[in-house]
Formats: sequence, C-alpha cells, structure tokens
Amino acid sequence: MGNLFEGYVPENYFDEMFGSTGEVRPHYDTLLARYTAMSSEEFQKKRDLANNAFLTQGVTFTVYNDQEGTERIFPFDLIPRIIPRPEWEHVERGLSQRITALNLFLHDIYHDQKIVRDGIIPADVICSAAHFRPEFMGFDVPKDIYIHICGSDLIRDHNGDYLVLEDNARSPSGVSYLLENRQAMKRVFPNLFSRYLVRPVDTYCLELLDVLRFIAPNGNPEPTVVLLTPGIYNSAYFEHSFLARTMGIEIVVGADLVTHDGVVYMKTTHGLKRVDVIYRRIDDDFLDPQVFRRDSVLGVSGMINAYRRGNVSLANTIGTGVADDKVTYYFVPKMIRYYLDQDPILPNVETYLSHFDSDRKYILENLDKLVVKSANESGGYGMLMGAQATIEQREAFRQAIKENPRNYVAQPTIRLSRSPSFCGDRFEGRHIDLRPYILYGAKITIIPGGLTRVALRKGSLVVNSSQGGGSKDTWVLND
Amino acid sequence: MLSRVADALFWLSRYTERAENNARMMDVNLQLMLDVQPFANNRQHWESIIFTLEDTKLFNQLYPEITGDAVVDFVTFERKNPNSIYSCLATARENARTVREELSVEMWEQINRMYLFFFSGDAKRIFQNSTYEFFKWILQGSHLFQGVTDATMLHDEGWEFIRLGMFLERADRTSRILDIKYHILLPSGEQIGGNVDTIQWMAVLKSCSALEPYRKHYRGQVLPWKVVEFLVKNQTFPRSIVFCVDSLDYSLHKITGVDRGDFQYRVEAERLSGKLLADLCFITVDEIFRAGLHEYLDRMQGRLIEITKAIYKEFCEWLEEKDKEPQETEPPQLQTQKSS
Repeated sequence: MGNLFEGYVPENYFDEMFGSTGEVRPHYDTLLARYTAMSSEEFQKKRDLANNAFLTQGVTFTVYNDQEGTERIFPFDLIPRIIPRPEWEHVERGLSQRITALNLFLHDIYHDQKIVRDGIIPADVICSAAHFRPEFMGFDVPKDIYIHICGSDLIRDHNGDYLVLEDNARSPSGVSYLLENRQAMKRVFPNLFSRYLVRPVDTYCLELLDVLRFIAPNGNPEPTVVLLTPGIYNSAYFEHSFLARTMGIEIVVGADLVTHDGVVYMKTTHGLKRVDVIYRRIDDDFLDPQVFRRDSVLGVSGMINAYRRGNVSLANTIGTGVADDKVTYYFVPKMIRYYLDQDPILPNVETYLSHFDSDRKYILENLDKLVVKSANESGGYGMLMGAQATIEQREAFRQAIKENPRNYVAQPTIRLSRSPSFCGDRFEGRHIDLRPYILYGAKITIIPGGLTRVALRKGSLVVNSSQGGGSKDTWVLND
Repeated sequence: MLSRVADALFWLSRYTERAENNARMMDVNLQLMLDVQPFANNRQHWESIIFTLEDTKLFNQLYPEITGDAVVDFVTFERKNPNSIYSCLATARENARTVREELSVEMWEQINRMYLFFFSGDAKRIFQNSTYEFFKWILQGSHLFQGVTDATMLHDEGWEFIRLGMFLERADRTSRILDIKYHILLPSGEQIGGNVDTIQWMAVLKSCSALEPYRKHYRGQVLPWKVVEFLVKNQTFPRSIVFCVDSLDYSLHKITGVDRGDFQYRVEAERLSGKLLADLCFITVDEIFRAGLHEYLDRMQGRLIEITKAIYKEFCEWLEEKDKEPQETEPPQLQTQKSS
C-alpha cells in the first residue's frame, strides 16, 4: 500500500505531468488526486479490466512466428496524456500547414517540378527516392489531393516544444488503437473522465468515410467504397477490420476483386459489383502485379489501368512515399516557405543529410552522439542510436553511410518528454511521442489528440510496438 | 454481399453448430454409459459413434484402441481431427476474424470468448472436474451465440447465410444421432422395446434436446417409430430434419429473392432443397422403416451434401478463379445469369 507516485522524479526531462520543481501541472490536478487515492492492487485490477476487454474484443496485433495465440494485445497504460486547448490549437495549425505544403509538393513533383527548377530541392534527391513513381508524371489525381490520410509523428523536447519527427504519408496505422483506448478509459475511469471536458474522438470514422466519398470518380454521389487489406495475417488486420466495420463498408482482399475493361469489380453472391473508391492498406508495390511487383498476390491485376483511366480512386494516391522519405523530410520547412510563404509553425528536428558533403563529415565525426536513420525504413528498424551503440554497430553504419550517402540522415539525440506510466507496482517516467491523424478531403480535419505511444522499457527512446512500446489515451481539453 | 464473406459466414455458423452437436453427443453418451454399462458392450458402443461420424480411419491412425476416454478426447480435444470441438471452435473463430465487419460486436465477442476459454486452463480444469459441466458450457456458448446473432445482427443476406450453415449442419447431425441407434446392437438377451432399448432411444432424444418436447407431443411411451417420426418429420421441433430443411429452403429463397409460393425456384440449390422438403413432408414412417432406417438416413446425408455443393457453386464458385486473367472478350457479368 502507499502512494503510487511515491519517489516519482521528473529527472532532467520535460515531464508532461510535473514541472521541474515537482509541482503538478494544473491540468493534471484532478487526475493526480484520483490516482494518489488508489492502491497498487486497485490499480492493477483496473488494468486487468482494460486488458480483458481488449482481449475479448480482439483488439490485438499479430505476432509472427508464434504457433499458439498469434495475437497479442498492444500494452495500454492507464495514465492518459492531457493536452490543454491552446497547446492543441497550436499543434493543429502546424499540422494543417504541413499537410497543405506536402500536397502542393506532391502535385508539383508529379507535374512541373518548379521546386526543383528553383533550386530549393536537388533533383537527385527526388529521383533517388525509393517511393518516387515517375510512371505517374503528369497524372491528375481526383480533387488534386494526394495524401488523404496522414500520420505525422510529433515529439516534445526538453523545453516542451512540439517538433515533427517524421511524416507518414503512405498508410499510417494505429488510429483504431486510439479509438479503442478511449473506449477503455471511459469504461475503467468513468468518474474521472466526466470531471474533464475531453474532446470526443469517435467521429473519426465518419469523417474518413466523407473523405473517401469526396474523391469518388466523376463526382459520383453514391460511390461504392471498399477497404483493401493484405488479409488476416497482416499485423494491422484488426485495424483494417475495425475501420471497415465502423464505416460500414466492405473489407476486401485482392482475390475479391477483378478488373475488366478498366473497371474494378468485386465478386458478390449476386454477380459483379462495381467499386469506385479503394482505401488501400497495402503498399504501392503490391497493388497490381501487371505494373509493380509481379509476384504480388495481394493486389489486383489491372487495377492501375483502371486508376489511370479515372474509373477508380485510391486513398492514399500512388507515389506519396516521396513525401515521407526521411531525406525529403529535411526539406519540408523549405517547402512551407516556398509554397505558402509562411514560417513553419511546427519545426523539424535538426537534421543532417549525409547527401551533403559538409553534413556527412559532421555525421561521421559525431556518430557517438547522433541518431542515424536510413531513409526508407520504419517501425524502429534500420536505426543507429549512436550514444548507446557498440563500436561495431557504429562502424557498420559508418561504412553504410560512405557507400550510400543518399540513404542516411542523422539527428541529435532528443531528450523526449516523459509521462508517468505504470511499471510493475508504481509510476515511473517513460518517454512518449504523439501520432495525430490528419484527414484531407473537402476540408482538413485532425482527430483531437492522436495516439500517444510510450516506450515502456526503462530509458528506451523507441516507442514502436515491435520494440516494446505501448500506448496511452490522449485527452485534448475543451476548456 | 462478397462471395468470400458469404462463404465465411456459412462455415462459421456450421462449425459452431458442429461443436455444439459434438458436445451433445459426448455428454449424452457418457451419461448413457452410466445407465447401461453393466449390460452393454462398451467398446462397440463407442465404435458406433466414431462410425456415424465417419471418422473411423483417422481415429484408428491416432489411437491404439477404442475406449470411452479415447473417443471423448478425439471428438473434443484432438487437434488433428478437423471436426473436433477444438478444431470447430478454432475454425469458426478464424472465419469470424475474416468477416468481423459483418458480425455484430456481441457476436464476435461471444465467439472469441468461447475460443479463449476453451484454450485456457479453466476449460481443462472444468473438464476434469465434471464433463457434464464442461459440455453444458459449450452448449450454452453455442446457444448464446445463436441468440445474440438473432438479436443483434442485421437480418440481411449475411444472416441468411448463417442460417443456411446452421440448419444444414443441424439436419446432418440429427440424422447422424438417429443413426447411432442403428449401430448400437442390443446386448444379448435384451428385447426390442425392452428396458435397455428404451433407454437407448431416450438417449437419442436427449442428444437432440428432444426428450421433453417428445413427451409433450406424444404423452406416452418412448417408441422407436415415434422417435423417428419426431426427429425426422415434426414440423415444430427446431432440431427435426424437416424443420431444418424447411428453414434452409426459406433462407435460400430469401437470398435469391424468388417467391416461395407455388414451389418456385431459380437456382439448383433451391430445386434440391425444395425436392427434399417435399419428400420429407410426404414420406411416412412406415416407408422409412421399409426402406431401412440406416439406408434412409445415409441417403439423407448425401442429399444434404448435394445442397451444400450447389450453394457453393451458385454463390461462391468463382472464388477459386482468382488467379485467372479476366477474359477480354466476355462482357462483364453484372447480374447472375442462371437458368431456372
């Protein structure tokens, strides 16, 4: 028994809940009172309640190479992250600005490439990007929107300033966990929840459906929208099924679809039915074995032809990966100035491109201080945390950077903000990030908050679920 | 509705019903053994169950001899048996997972809960303490699923496919449970219509939850021809074969949109189910016994399989054509074009 916060120290980090002298931040006041009144046993009971609900509902992700019970629940931490209204409005403005610029960039890159001709971005950065699709040069996408669903990862540094760590402009995942986390919090702490004015998140799926309907070919007011999944063995299958269910649309696999004469159909019990919009959760490479990877069994033969002829719309469009490339990332603040003539509201993390000679020299001299990332890996793979790495690991990256400078960027180690998280039998500070979800249709909407991921391993800065990460509910206050 | 989804709903429902019927059969026979053990040939009794399930070959590969424990294990927990309760629940859930967007939240949770419980230590503990409790739990789980399905799912096309699967499976299982009695020989010295014979027929009724409904209907002795009449031809008992075939015929017509009056049909599956329904309505118990009960039931199972095949061919067959390139010359087929 005893106070679960006993011995809690923010240390030398920005703590979401406590100021540097240990005083609680005002928006966490009520929460602190509730949580200090709880014993460790009581808290664990609450946690079991939440975990059981996740398991019964099948809110799980798939673990590969595991014969029995291939599904695991995503660890859920019961201390929510709370964001006051003015703070959130700042983030919202910054994200809207950023997605607007990224869209203008994609249009430009697939048409006149003015930004290259004006010398803002070197041509070879674009041409060498793994997800650049020169096949789609000059192609006009419906409503001129490229990224319909974007997840940009934000972090806070030791001053509490929000920075953009990376953009996910292909098919960002995780939104279903955000929605389920909210359900769980409401169930487990109904009284606490009702004492805060928390902005609701459950309209996300309706707004997503609006976006998907908005981009239907030829302005069709009653389009058939489907979600294309790689199938139940995909680690995000729960999310695919969740989204389809809450939008009330069909979830399909490649084998459910067939194309004929430039039109995509699905195979139903009453014959073929035309499909207008596909929210695809498979990568460009696997969409169509006729055009991209020939060995793909996930996609549909002839789909790209249908897309080119304007008979089916895809969300996100093909080739958006050039915008979330880690090298392109470096240029996003420049894009914002170039296309919008504005200063970036949310800054980037300071970044060095090994592509540039002077930066590369700096990177190679400071490998023990920097975080090095390869340009097209995600999920916490292909990374070097210089300060913690062994000499061998650093030398391997040194070699790789010299061989392929285009493929690497480096950033200083950021002291990510921390939030109290339940660890064993009490609360300890753990590093967190934030992934908001941005929808771009007739207008830009951002789900209040986002998915807060937490690195549950002590001292770890990696929040990915594949690397021992968990998540928290995120409350944006309305007062 | 997507053909793949219709197929998954059909099998999800079939496997749940199959798990339930396995549990019924095991429960009743374990209890029956307590009643008749002193007289009966234990081994031959269990052999007949394996035989009616048409699993003799697989069983013999896996177990050295036929005992009660071995049969219960084979029908309940054996992973290599695709029809064991274990496999049925795993397959049902796997199917459910692929079509979660079609199921209500409550349906999914129930099917997931059964699966998780069955594989937890609790299930094994209950089984060891009391097989009765254990099988009852499976039965209740299945009933809860069916009730929740009725009460929370849209009664649209997907629901009809769930009904199709459930009634086809149930008709098949009722016919097999009846058939067990054919295989169980009376111990020597026992009379047909005697004590043991009656107990065995009562066990058949119990396996179908039919003992009390039977008594309400006939208010008298448990007699072989009446048991057969009840389980084959009773129009109001929800596990009788005619009730199941009538219900699946109804669901088929709902799916095709063809009017059921005046014996109309459009697809082959409807023709087969209509024909079977008519046969069931107009056959007499005398005729069944003259043809031979076992032979009659055997043919019945064959006809149910034909209906299953016809359903797949009509609604889902092109799922297998996924790897074929679309034919450029053939116009897109927007309506099902089938002769009636």
